[in-house]
Amino acid sequence: MGPYLLRRLLLAVPSLLGISAVLFVVLALAPGDPFADLALNPSVPAEVKAALRAKFGLDDPIWQRYFRWLWAMLQGDWGFSFISRVNVDTLIWQRVPTTLAVIGASQLLALAIALPVGIYSAVKPYSWFDRIASSLAFVGFSLPTFFTGILLILVFSIKLDWLPFVYRADLTSTGWAWWSEQIRQSIMPVTVLGLFQGASWTRYVRSSMLDVVRLDHVTTARSKGLAERVVVMKHIVRNALIPVVTLVALTMPQVFGGAIVTEQIFRVPGIGSMLIDAILRNDTPVIMAVTFVFSCLVIFFNLVADLLYGWLDPRISYN
Amino acid sequence: MQEEKALRALIDDVREGRLPRRGFIQRLAAMGLGAPVAAQLLMHAGVAQAADNFVYKPTKRGGGGTLKALYWQGPTSLQPHFAVGTKDQDASRIFYEPLACWDNDANLVPILAEVIPTRENGGLSADGKSVTWKLKKGVLWHDGKPFTADDCVFTWEFAKDPASACVTSGVYKDVVVTKIDTHTIKVTYPKPTPFWAMPFVAAEGMVIPKHVFGPYAGAKSREAPGNLKPVGTGPYKIIDFKPGDMVRGELNANYHLPNRPFFDAIEMKGGGDATSAARAVLQTGEFDFAWNLAVEDDVLKRMEAGGKGKTVIVPSGDIEFIQLNITDPWNEVDGERASIKSRHFAFSDPAVREAMSMLVDRKGIQDHIYGRTATATSNFLNAPTRFRSGNTRYEFNIDKANQVLDAAGWKRGADGVREKGGKKMKFVFQTSVNTLRQKEQAVIKQSCQKAGIDLELKSVTPSVYFSSDVGNPDTYGKFWADMQMYTTTMTQPDPERFMDQYLAREVSAKANKWAGRNICRWVNDEYEKIYAAAESELDPVKRAALFIRMNDLPVKDNVIIPLASRTRPYGAGNKMALVLSGWDLAFSTIHNWYRES
Repeated sequence: MGPYLLRRLLLAVPSLLGISAVLFVVLALAPGDPFADLALNPSVPAEVKAALRAKFGLDDPIWQRYFRWLWAMLQGDWGFSFISRVNVDTLIWQRVPTTLAVIGASQLLALAIALPVGIYSAVKPYSWFDRIASSLAFVGFSLPTFFTGILLILVFSIKLDWLPFVYRADLTSTGWAWWSEQIRQSIMPVTVLGLFQGASWTRYVRSSMLDVVRLDHVTTARSKGLAERVVVMKHIVRNALIPVVTLVALTMPQVFGGAIVTEQIFRVPGIGSMLIDAILRNDTPVIMAVTFVFSCLVIFFNLVADLLYGWLDPRISYN
Repeated sequence: MQEEKALRALIDDVREGRLPRRGFIQRLAAMGLGAPVAAQLLMHAGVAQAADNFVYKPTKRGGGGTLKALYWQGPTSLQPHFAVGTKDQDASRIFYEPLACWDNDANLVPILAEVIPTRENGGLSADGKSVTWKLKKGVLWHDGKPFTADDCVFTWEFAKDPASACVTSGVYKDVVVTKIDTHTIKVTYPKPTPFWAMPFVAAEGMVIPKHVFGPYAGAKSREAPGNLKPVGTGPYKIIDFKPGDMVRGELNANYHLPNRPFFDAIEMKGGGDATSAARAVLQTGEFDFAWNLAVEDDVLKRMEAGGKGKTVIVPSGDIEFIQLNITDPWNEVDGERASIKSRHFAFSDPAVREAMSMLVDRKGIQDHIYGRTATATSNFLNAPTRFRSGNTRYEFNIDKANQVLDAAGWKRGADGVREKGGKKMKFVFQTSVNTLRQKEQAVIKQSCQKAGIDLELKSVTPSVYFSSDVGNPDTYGKFWADMQMYTTTMTQPDPERFMDQYLAREVSAKANKWAGRNICRWVNDEYEKIYAAAESELDPVKRAALFIRMNDLPVKDNVIIPLASRTRPYGAGNKMALVLSGWDLAFSTIHNWYRES
């Protein structure tokens, strides 16, 4: 396992270099300018804008900018945002807690729905429960989050006036009041994301359960006279979860990456909304940092998923 | 000029008390000049201003709870001299103040200045080359240190230094600021400057403290802790700031105006989109104030029906207009498309331009597309009202347009499209992607069709269209299309910067990387002469007349077709008492905001 891990980690280095180079070139070729807002302001003369571009090195050739960025990144300097002139790592750290809280909670909700519903549907396939669950799952992952988000706002904020639709990261209240406000404002974004994710996971859990139910060892377990609960939990679920665990591990980077659309709708100050703002304003250092961290996480969780395989299924070896 | 003489006599009458202000305003209205003009003329002549209609009722400081403002673009910087957009300037304005701000009638209102400099009080020099500001005494920075002339001088040094990379450097680099005594400064201009109220005024004039930013002037400017933790003189003190998301402030107990501010705390939340921002204020009342509600008027009206808030519409000088390309955008001349040396096959013909102007239904566009948020106009320069020309008219008349085109020799071909000399009247009409603009394009295309003109509508993503990307052919600055439409903004109540859009030196071309402001590339000798005269004309009445003449030249030549004079729509809770200015930041009056009980 040791050499395998080492080999994988060494392979990650050229992948990350490749990813960063492609990202940088694409961003450099994309139209737009971080100081575009200034161009529309007649009281800012063109010279001032040109001076700003020169000062931030935007007029240098792409390869020079890339290697400057890479060299700084290797030394742990993430650069600073052209727009706010604040260090990029500060900006990211400010948004990590909210992102983890909202997206994390929605993933937990998704799991809490997908596992029991998926398992029960597979145990009693084509029952009424299964049919209803399957139809709802189809509806769930067919409806985009921008639609369900706005629908929930219309119902719960505007018609019923129960929940706020603007998420605030720094609530001023303390103690129980803080928890109640925090939960109230999280309900809608977490539900929207959780149901969407949960719906597609339910389908996965169900189908991988059905694959296992048919296998011989399950028939054997049943004929041994084991209790149905034991058969399901020990002999079916454990085996059926192997692909599901991989799937969940691979979506973990999203917990960091945030959810661009939902964050925008509910004004959740997460990484996703920071990324989209940065993209709209051509704030290269921020886009590079977020996407680069994201690619690191994707590579890392791929590795984690591969290692989990071996742990869940000892037949898989790493030699 | 007869009108000029009459005006001067009237101003004297007001000064002597023979004529009440109200009477003066009425007489001016009769001469075709609006109330704001009157106020401005009186102010310049040193006649004291009448109090605004707005009355500040609270009788003590604080007690108003939290003021919640929603900006659909989150503020990213609290250093006013690094601000890249209004959102950042507004956020900075909570904490920092300029010496004076502009009110809605384009009058200067003192903030950190003791008085507004005038000729009468000796603040303005006779040669127009210097201004002396008296600073208010007893003003304290948030950390308790006194505000003095040194801070103003420092602000100037900081902003003009290229190493600090300030966005405001254009305002400060050519002037010289000297300290006269602890509470007096003198701003000297390189040449006579009729519009002197730029340094230390409004959005670009916020004064920063020397004792906080002193060690960080120049190349280290980015590292100043004050960039994130502002120390200003404003009505609120910083609690915390998360770029792009939230700014929070608390009442400044040492604020220099009595009984102000009313609110105990302020929150400025960013992000999302304009429509849901409007909803949060107008429909659910979750927020007290929303910035820049760029939403269709019908939608705003429907939300207002909820009864929680109202739309506050503030007039501005911004204008939505069409430019006709008089150069050839399709073929290269001297290695450049749309070269100033080339001629457009149709739009170089004045008759065609005249017909185009008659094919635009401005009234219809106002009524059916903009509603309350814009007014149809025939002028490029619409505000402040003293600069608005009364000499232009707009007319929507398809029949007359047809006659003009017939007379000019543009005959209809077999497909109904007019042509002359083998060239068909097929034009590419470009603008940015925007629901309102696509509707406007459709309206214009329809009437052009009836006149035998075929328009190909093109819409470009705003981030590309309004960029200065030299490599992209679709930017508005390049104008490689037959016609285009956008809004040009007027950020100051003086048109000097605004009217430079028709100067020969500003022609957008390859040589200046298409950064020139004269995008329609119309050049006129008479215009150049009038502009030069206005640049050094110190008499505001004569100067206004010059700008009106400038406006009339490109408008009557039909090289531009003004469509609608735009406004800035904001949202405010029903109980919010506030005045907003179209010439300054929304938060320029924030010290006066309160909530009715």
